[in-house]
Amino acid sequence: MGTAVERFDEKAHHAFDKIGRNEVYQGELLRHRVYTRFLHWMVALWFFLALFSGFGIYLPWLFRWFTPIFGGGALARSMHPWFGLAFVFFFGLQTLNWIRPMMWTPADTRWMRNIRQVVSGKEKLEPPDTGFFNAGQKIQFWEIVVGCVVYLITGIILWTGAHVFGRITVAVSYVLHDISALIMLGGIFIHIYLSTIGEPGTLEAMTRGAVKESWAWTFHPAWYSNVTGRDPKQAYDEAVRAGRWEDPRS
Amino acid sequence: MSDRRTLQIKQMSAHPGPIPGQGVQRDYEVCKLIDTTTCIGCKACEVACVEWNDMPFGETTFDNTYQTMPETRWNFWNLIKFNEHQREDGTIQWLMRKDQCMHCADPGCLRACPADGAIVQYTNGIVDFQQENCIGCEFCASGCPFNIPKFNQTTKKVYKCTLCSDRVGQGLEPACIKACPTGCLKFGSKDDMKFIANERAHQLKENFGYDKAGVYDPQSIGGTHVIYVLHDATNPEAYGGLPSNPQVPWSYTIWKWLAKPVLGTFALFGLLGVCLHYVMVGPRRPQPEPPIKEATDGNRG
Repeated sequence: MGTAVERFDEKAHHAFDKIGRNEVYQGELLRHRVYTRFLHWMVALWFFLALFSGFGIYLPWLFRWFTPIFGGGALARSMHPWFGLAFVFFFGLQTLNWIRPMMWTPADTRWMRNIRQVVSGKEKLEPPDTGFFNAGQKIQFWEIVVGCVVYLITGIILWTGAHVFGRITVAVSYVLHDISALIMLGGIFIHIYLSTIGEPGTLEAMTRGAVKESWAWTFHPAWYSNVTGRDPKQAYDEAVRAGRWEDPRS
Repeated sequence: MSDRRTLQIKQMSAHPGPIPGQGVQRDYEVCKLIDTTTCIGCKACEVACVEWNDMPFGETTFDNTYQTMPETRWNFWNLIKFNEHQREDGTIQWLMRKDQCMHCADPGCLRACPADGAIVQYTNGIVDFQQENCIGCEFCASGCPFNIPKFNQTTKKVYKCTLCSDRVGQGLEPACIKACPTGCLKFGSKDDMKFIANERAHQLKENFGYDKAGVYDPQSIGGTHVIYVLHDATNPEAYGGLPSNPQVPWSYTIWKWLAKPVLGTFALFGLLGVCLHYVMVGPRRPQPEPPIKEATDGNRG
């Protein structure tokens, strides 16, 4: 990526590190700095506001349940585009922030071929070439990038209406907007599951910003060795020999 | 009081479940007949509409024709469209068509509307907007083949011709019909109006040399509750852009009533999927986990 983007990100990180704190205790690694965490939760906030205000408009069955949250259908409809714009804006910044670690590599292709092992829980340790983000995270990221572009284009068409873009354009945009929303809705279940109870220890990466070293050598071994300079497999073997088991109840 | 009747709702936009009170009352379908061949473009219907519906009158636009404004507005539901049409032999014909909501049997606006009860269709065929339920999304405008629903920037609601449902509900004819001085506007049951329209078209063919005369009642949207007699039914576009084959966008019929609930259910299956994964496969934990305890007879779940 261009150096201008990198300089912008570095400035933003620097500014946010002054406001917030990155506390890393012994046995932990810093995963997400303040700026990244801030962007993540802003994206989450506006995503859910847009999702719920859109839900009522999406399904007649949900209209009477969801629109009162926003003060009725008319208000939900008038706020939904602004929620969406805020979502796209903050995700745009996150895209600039993350575009480099989200680049696809041959290791990701190998990871995807191996996905059955991951889902069935047979593979306890990630392959050693799994970096800062794994292929699943990258796919979700790029899906949201594409989804945001679709949202933005079709959303502006739906917002302005048939008298500007013509009725067929609006009718088609309406379908594309909904499909994009459905894909993201499916993705958000998986995202929330894997970042909380599905892979314990992950949530703190986005709250405090730090993760346990064992979490790092388990899920992102290549990143672990990049940061610590140590071999993840060796670190794991040492933990086994020392009997430093992770608490399975967490 | 014997002629006083309430309007029975047949269809309601975005309404899950049955329509309240459906089928308790039978109603004949009403219809407005507009004979463009006897319209003189006096615009009495325009004024009557504005007066009866008590709408603030907006500024008109002069475009060197007899037309009051380019298209209907949120506060101007009834517009005479004027067209100076050149015949094949070079002579000029003035075409005047009263443009308003067509009250389609299969209303695109109602299909497109996402707000529960914002658009209703009565059993007598009138399609009516209920502004108190309208959320102002203007999807109805994209569903309408006739460019009728119009947005009010101040109230953020959409408005259109009601076929004077308030008058019809009381056994009266719509205001435009009452005002028409030539009798080119008629109001009655759909069957009667179709009969009269066909008779008139026949008369135009037989006695006045309009070989292509006919009735405009487009079947692509199940017919309309406003029908026209045209001098040339093969070219309705000449009458200020009347579409010869009006369509409701396919996305509104297929997507909204079939794919949406199905895909919405699939999204819920995603939630079910991750819950089942947690219970059956279990979470992936940072390693190393403690060794698995050897299963003994007393330890079987």
